[in-house]
Amino acid sequence: MKPTNVHDPDYFHKVVDCQWACPTHTNVPEYIRMIAQGRYTDAYMLNRASNVFPAILGRTCDRPCEPACRRGRLEEGKPVAICRLKRVAADNKDDISELLPAIPKVKNGKRIACIGAGPSSLTVANDLMPLGYEVVMFEKNSKPGGLMRTNIPSFRLPEGVLDEEVGNILNMGVDIRYSSPVGSLKALVNDFDAVFVGSGAPRGKNLDLPGRFETDRIHLGIDWLESIAFEHVDTIGEKVLIIGVGNTAMDCCRSSLRMGGKDIKVMARRPRAYFKASPWELEDAEEEGVEILINHAPKRFVVENGKLKGMEFERLEWDAEAKKSTVIDTIFLPADDVILAIGQDNAFPWIERDLGIEFDKWDMPVVNKVTYESSRPGIFFGGDAAWGPKNIIWAVEHGHQAAISIHNHCQGIATSERLPVGMKLIPQKMGISEWSYHNDFNPSSRQKMTHVDLVNRFKQLNVEVEIGYSAEQTAREVQRCLNCDIETVFTAKRCIECDACIDICPVLCLTIARDGDEVDLRGRLSAPAANVEQSLYASEPLPQTKRLMLKDEDVCVHCGLCAERCPTAAWDMLKIDLSIPQVGTICLQPSNPEPVHA
Amino acid sequence: MPSIAKPIAQHPSLKKNNLGLTVRDYEGTMSTLCAGCGHDSITAAIVRTFWELSTPPHMIAKMSGIGCSSKTPTYFVSGAHGFNSAHGRMPAIVTGANAANRELIYIGVSGDGDSLSIGLGHLSHAIRRNVRMVYVIENNGVYGLTKGQFSASADIGSKSKRGEANRMSPIDPVMLALSLGATFVARSFSGDKEQLVPILKAAFSHRGLALIDVVSPCVTFNDHVGSTKSYLYSRQHQYKATESDFVPPASEIVAHIGSANGHISEATSVTMHDGSVVKFRALPDGYDPTDRQKVFSYLQERQGKGEVPTGLLYLDESVSDVHELNNTPDSALTSIPFEKLCPGNAELQKMLEDFR
Ligand SMILES: Cc1cc2nc3c(=O)[nH]c(=O)nc-3n(C[C@H](O)[C@H](O)[C@H](O)COP(=O)(O)OP(=O)(O)OC[C@H]3O[C@@H](n4cnc5c(N)ncnc54)[C@H](O)[C@@H]3O)c2cc1C
Ligand SMILES: Cc1ncc(C[n+]2csc(CCOP(=O)(O)OP(=O)(O)O)c2C)c(N)n1
Ligand code: SF4
Ligand code: SF4
Ligand code: SF4
Ligand code: SF4
Ligand SMILES: [Mg+2]
Repeated sequence: MKPTNVHDPDYFHKVVDCQWACPTHTNVPEYIRMIAQGRYTDAYMLNRASNVFPAILGRTCDRPCEPACRRGRLEEGKPVAICRLKRVAADNKDDISELLPAIPKVKNGKRIACIGAGPSSLTVANDLMPLGYEVVMFEKNSKPGGLMRTNIPSFRLPEGVLDEEVGNILNMGVDIRYSSPVGSLKALVNDFDAVFVGSGAPRGKNLDLPGRFETDRIHLGIDWLESIAFEHVDTIGEKVLIIGVGNTAMDCCRSSLRMGGKDIKVMARRPRAYFKASPWELEDAEEEGVEILINHAPKRFVVENGKLKGMEFERLEWDAEAKKSTVIDTIFLPADDVILAIGQDNAFPWIERDLGIEFDKWDMPVVNKVTYESSRPGIFFGGDAAWGPKNIIWAVEHGHQAAISIHNHCQGIATSERLPVGMKLIPQKMGISEWSYHNDFNPSSRQKMTHVDLVNRFKQLNVEVEIGYSAEQTAREVQRCLNCDIETVFTAKRCIECDACIDICPVLCLTIARDGDEVDLRGRLSAPAANVEQSLYASEPLPQTKRLMLKDEDVCVHCGLCAERCPTAAWDMLKIDLSIPQVGTICLQPSNPEPVHA
Repeated sequence: MPSIAKPIAQHPSLKKNNLGLTVRDYEGTMSTLCAGCGHDSITAAIVRTFWELSTPPHMIAKMSGIGCSSKTPTYFVSGAHGFNSAHGRMPAIVTGANAANRELIYIGVSGDGDSLSIGLGHLSHAIRRNVRMVYVIENNGVYGLTKGQFSASADIGSKSKRGEANRMSPIDPVMLALSLGATFVARSFSGDKEQLVPILKAAFSHRGLALIDVVSPCVTFNDHVGSTKSYLYSRQHQYKATESDFVPPASEIVAHIGSANGHISEATSVTMHDGSVVKFRALPDGYDPTDRQKVFSYLQERQGKGEVPTGLLYLDESVSDVHELNNTPDSALTSIPFEKLCPGNAELQKMLEDFR
């Protein structure tokens, strides 16, 4: 096997599973250590540097980091509550106004239009304002925030939290124009040096079945949620059927309960394993008494004399992979209201098709995956507008990348030019068997979020259900993090093959073995390396026997014992410090040619 | 001393043995030896051996004397019994313990200092009595614990850390054991668990004293250029005289076992008292691990060439152990009713009468 190239920043970055999985590459272990030290403001600012909205995301993030978290691969199987800890930082931080970037009074003369005031546009503004750009933001609604305001219910995301973080960006001097739907891109395009389209995927999918347009009691989920947010709607019938079982459906069913609904059923076509909603959203809805019915396919709306009576469904039986279904029978379920939550579509009626922006056969703009630029130079897309509905954290990442391109575009640099990721490796050894980080393994189990009880949470629409972690829960949860950014780094020429590291490793990560190809080696280790998603770290041939030192990265708990028991410091623990380029990144730390040792 | 205890986190695929225990259940407390000490590797080999043999921890008695090596029983099988005796006295203590309770499984861990200097007499007599035990000498050529003085196993010409050469002739525990009539004699290297673990397994099946001399570099005082007990020197001079596999009772003989010329020769399997079999493979021409004279001269010849022959070198299952020799009860004294063990003053008086 070829020796692993650990000078490629991706190698060690991948070991930090959460950071690698996070679309904006938030430095999770570092902020968790800051929380452990009570440095909440620092933890908040470190988050903000990459994900921009720590308090919002600390409540609502789709958290792709958590299924990736290394802790979840250990016996107990539960990842670190990364998202919850983000909220802890936000809840406990001090005033950060002094820590926000300074905005130059003298502008650089470049004007940027952002269409929509959702998280993607806001991120573009957040990144460009400190560089002296003038940002004009056009928003259809009377308030900023996009779907974060109009669709995420206030019992999940309090208005004050949203206002504060959105305000931090708008207060940089963004020229925000509310109630200003852009009706023509053509009319706008010549007034700006660049345009960012962050208008989202604003159209709820319809369900065109018999009866659909014979009543006004069938609602499009995202429109209905928006009506609640803007206080146009405050009641619903007692019996409500929600069609679809994604996250929008979860917000619709839980909102229904707060609008007067008593008997709420969420109707799913397929078995539970195929639900789109996040497990925690399902759990929260079921805790509130929402019933979820599987294997029901909508057949028709039953409307009598203009009045909605209910819906007919076909009950299905699925094959093992839930690919093919057979109909068992048809049933009727009564309903006062039906809410459709089966997805969102993009719609760009306001973009003229003769502007040089290419649209594909699905009528979606053709957008470059790296530069976020459309086929017309200077017009960029991001967030849900680029490739359909995703989530907030992806919208933020799109915003960061688009901001780099916009800057390049305005400064006459090719938009495709991107800085590489930089990496520093920082020694963590403080003395013999002494490290700069808490290397002990804490067996605590994942801390459970406490909720407002089932009576009080329904008293008002905006009672935030999740209470947040207590100080004790925080103290336990932070210690569950395995510090995956403190990397085991090997120097083959120092190894005397004493086996001490191999004998001490609690999770059998290490092996000294004869060379072979990777597949062969994976089967000849101290423990089989079955998880091929995780790297196998191979050394140069060892000095005494020419065998290889091999490390299966899969379940290393970063305890540092291999380095402590190594007599020659062939293994060492070094912290990886990545520099993920953003538009503000002025100069890049070069990758270390050689790992630094104490 | 490590900063933390070994994390309880386990590899998800960790297997259980016949007793439902994982290999981690056979660990002891954290080692306080120098990082990289060969003794720690031997500890790991012992842990693996007990786990693979599914030995019940409460049936193990860990015995030792004084020295870095003698500290190691603390670092394996926390659930076992143990006795850390005075310097060099381990074999005597095991003899006594074994006399009283022959049902326990005895492992004695000693050093070259502990066994070949102050404890040499005790070692010799334990061999002579054929006390049933596994006797591991963790041989590093120095007194590690007292800061690296030459021990009785140091080779002539081997250099100390300060550059001084040893001039006294060494005591070789393997040759010594052979000459004293030992019934199981082996040598291995701490850096070679693939060899050491099967030897340890066979040793636990042996009906008498199984002596294993394990070259175990002292990384702090004897791992330099000029030392004949360093990692590098041991790797360069280790010569695998025999290779053996241990086949426990009533298990199939695995097909991959073969001799150098591709088939198993009957002459090289030895059936142990408990029904298990030691299969020798790749034996040198004419080598008979049951012929004391031949083994003796073979080793002399090889060692004369500067090699360190390793493997299970000599094995004799025919000799009785200390209990058979002395016609003692079949079970541990603890299981014999008190009245029988101590028949009382009247019986004693009767016995004494016989001597008057
Ligand atoms: C019910 C629901 C719940 C959700 N919950 C979560 C969650 O918990 N976590 C999560 O990460 N994601 C969630 N999402 C998804 C997330 O909200 C979106 O992916 C994200 O907000 C997309 O950001 P964006 O910047 O692309 O646009 P959006 O947030 O969609 O904002 C677009 C903005 O553009 C405005 N606009 C549109 N067209 C025009 C125009 N022509 N002129 C001017 N303005 C215009 C809109 O009014 C809107 O304010 C949820 C989505 C829904 C529907
Ligand atoms: C009666 C007695 N004499 C001397 C000593 C000092 N002493 C302690 S350990 C030791 C030698 C240990 O050497 P070895 O058995 O080879 O163990 P190592 O530390 O090398 O593993 C000596 C001489 C002692 N503890 N007790
Ligand atoms: S254990 Fe900590 S550093 Fe490792 S993946 Fe999980 S949160 Fe990230
Ligand atoms: S840090 Fe070293 S000893 Fe600890 S789990 Fe990882 S490889 Fe094993
Ligand atoms: S502990 Fe150090 S010297 Fe010993 S085998 Fe491991 S890396 Fe090599
Ligand atoms: S002094 Fe030598 S024998 Fe003792 S623990 Fe250290 S390396 Fe091992
Ligand atoms: Mg010694």
